[in-house]
Amino acid sequence: MTSPTEPTSETSPPKTAEISDISNPLIRDEIEEYIEREDERQEIINLYAQARPFLQDMAASIIEGAHETTDSLTEAALKDGIDALEVMDDGLIAGMAIVGIKFRENFIFVPEVLACARAMKAGMKHIEPILSASGIEPPGKVIMGTVKGDLHDIGKNLCIMMLRGAGFEVIDLGVDTSPDDFIDAVEEHGANVIGMSALLTTTMPNMGRTIEAFIDADLRDDVKFMVGGAPVTPEFADDMGADAYGDNAMECVDIAKRFCGVQAKG
Amino acid sequence: MSVFLKRVQSGEVMISDGATGTYLQENGLEPGGCPEILNAENPDLIQRMALDYFEAGSDIVATNTFGGSHYMLAKYGYGDRSVELNRLAAEHARASAPEGRFVMGSIGPTGEFLVPSGTATEDEMYGAFAQQVEGLAAGGADAVCVETMSDPAEITLAIQAAKKEAGLPAVATMTFDKGPRGFFTMFGTTPARAAEQLAEAGADIVGSNCGLAIDPMIEIIGAMREATSLPILTHVNAGIPKIVKGEIVYLDTPDYMAEKMKAMVDVGANIIGGCCGTGPDHIRAFVQVLRVEA
Repeated sequence: MTSPTEPTSETSPPKTAEISDISNPLIRDEIEEYIEREDERQEIINLYAQARPFLQDMAASIIEGAHETTDSLTEAALKDGIDALEVMDDGLIAGMAIVGIKFRENFIFVPEVLACARAMKAGMKHIEPILSASGIEPPGKVIMGTVKGDLHDIGKNLCIMMLRGAGFEVIDLGVDTSPDDFIDAVEEHGANVIGMSALLTTTMPNMGRTIEAFIDADLRDDVKFMVGGAPVTPEFADDMGADAYGDNAMECVDIAKRFCGVQAKG
Repeated sequence: MSVFLKRVQSGEVMISDGATGTYLQENGLEPGGCPEILNAENPDLIQRMALDYFEAGSDIVATNTFGGSHYMLAKYGYGDRSVELNRLAAEHARASAPEGRFVMGSIGPTGEFLVPSGTATEDEMYGAFAQQVEGLAAGGADAVCVETMSDPAEITLAIQAAKKEAGLPAVATMTFDKGPRGFFTMFGTTPARAAEQLAEAGADIVGSNCGLAIDPMIEIIGAMREATSLPILTHVNAGIPKIVKGEIVYLDTPDYMAEKMKAMVDVGANIIGGCCGTGPDHIRAFVQVLRVEA
């Protein structure tokens, strides 16, 4: 085990880092085995190459879904004075970045993602109070809800885990969310991204009705809508005037980043 | 052995029913409303639905109990009525069934995750399935169909409940999606592995329903057939829903699906029927192609 404050071998990483610049063997193996897209691979390598070895270990614990390890490593990192934002970016978010890609590519599935999310949560519980006390704003706020009449939330909850894993603040309105509930949440929290989910074909039209309610309330220009759910298609999203369609939880994060103007790290 | 299983194992291709939800929505069920409460509040409709399917030629009709676990019913405030609503549903289908036709008790996912992914214990989840089985058996179901499942542990509990609580034959189907590396359930099970796991769990009939249109479903059933010698059931959606003039419609016609059902039988399906978007007209077309013209 490396010590928390041991610096990285290079203080300013090369523009194009190599996989050998990453100290944690599990992370190296994960990248070799699962990250197939060239652009993503380089992005991930750059991200990890500049991360302290201790935070690479923390990311590895998230990928393994070892929540107790994540819990103690996060606590140790903060205790040793590593900046909370750095712990979040290079430990927790970096870990979830690999988890998200493995999920999208069918290397892992819902139970594994739930275990990883649990580990991430164990780390976030140490970081969140520090960030909010120091007034650091998250990259964006997202309101998420399953639309009116629909009681299904597995897909929505996966999206929420991935969004939180990417550092977003998420306001979860739960299931059976009326257009008014969405409007109230926007006004209360000042969020400008809304994610709507539906599993039933019969409740899908309530996505369109929610968007119409925002038009009627003169709030449509203040928010971006992303939609998803098993029966939802890009054509359907277009048809009812949504701003984006997401096929899976990873795409949900990519869309939220785009809407919030978050630049990819690395 | 049960009469139902004997018929299935005789090698004859059997025709099941079409969608329940679609039928009920066309007959007044509110979007997102609770289908199972209609077993108590509108028995005529539930009996007529079964009769429509039997008259269309279904050998087997499923009960209106897909969301009949206390977990799902609790979302509508009916959590304490699971046994009753399951019993009523089986009684209604039974009342409409001509001699020699079968009633299959539907059991869908609880919507809960087992520990450690979620909070439900195996005992609790088994208890929920046992309630459904108790009601379905009391109402006269010939078999239980545990359907649209993703979690191998959850479906195993439901299969065990069907066998232990009532000694009923268990049909067990999972739902697959097509991802970058092929067909998988949400929990990562392939069709071939699912066929093996369901057989190990004690299912008498295995299969797949919902999720995809008929062409990918033919691939899934083919893959399951290579992995098991058990009878296979499939209930297929009428395609992927599309929006036409603001309305959500399933576009795969009875004739289109019926023609494809020949291939479905060729790859190894023994019981065929419809899922979301199908109705009595689809069943009539399946009967025409597989019985009358065959």
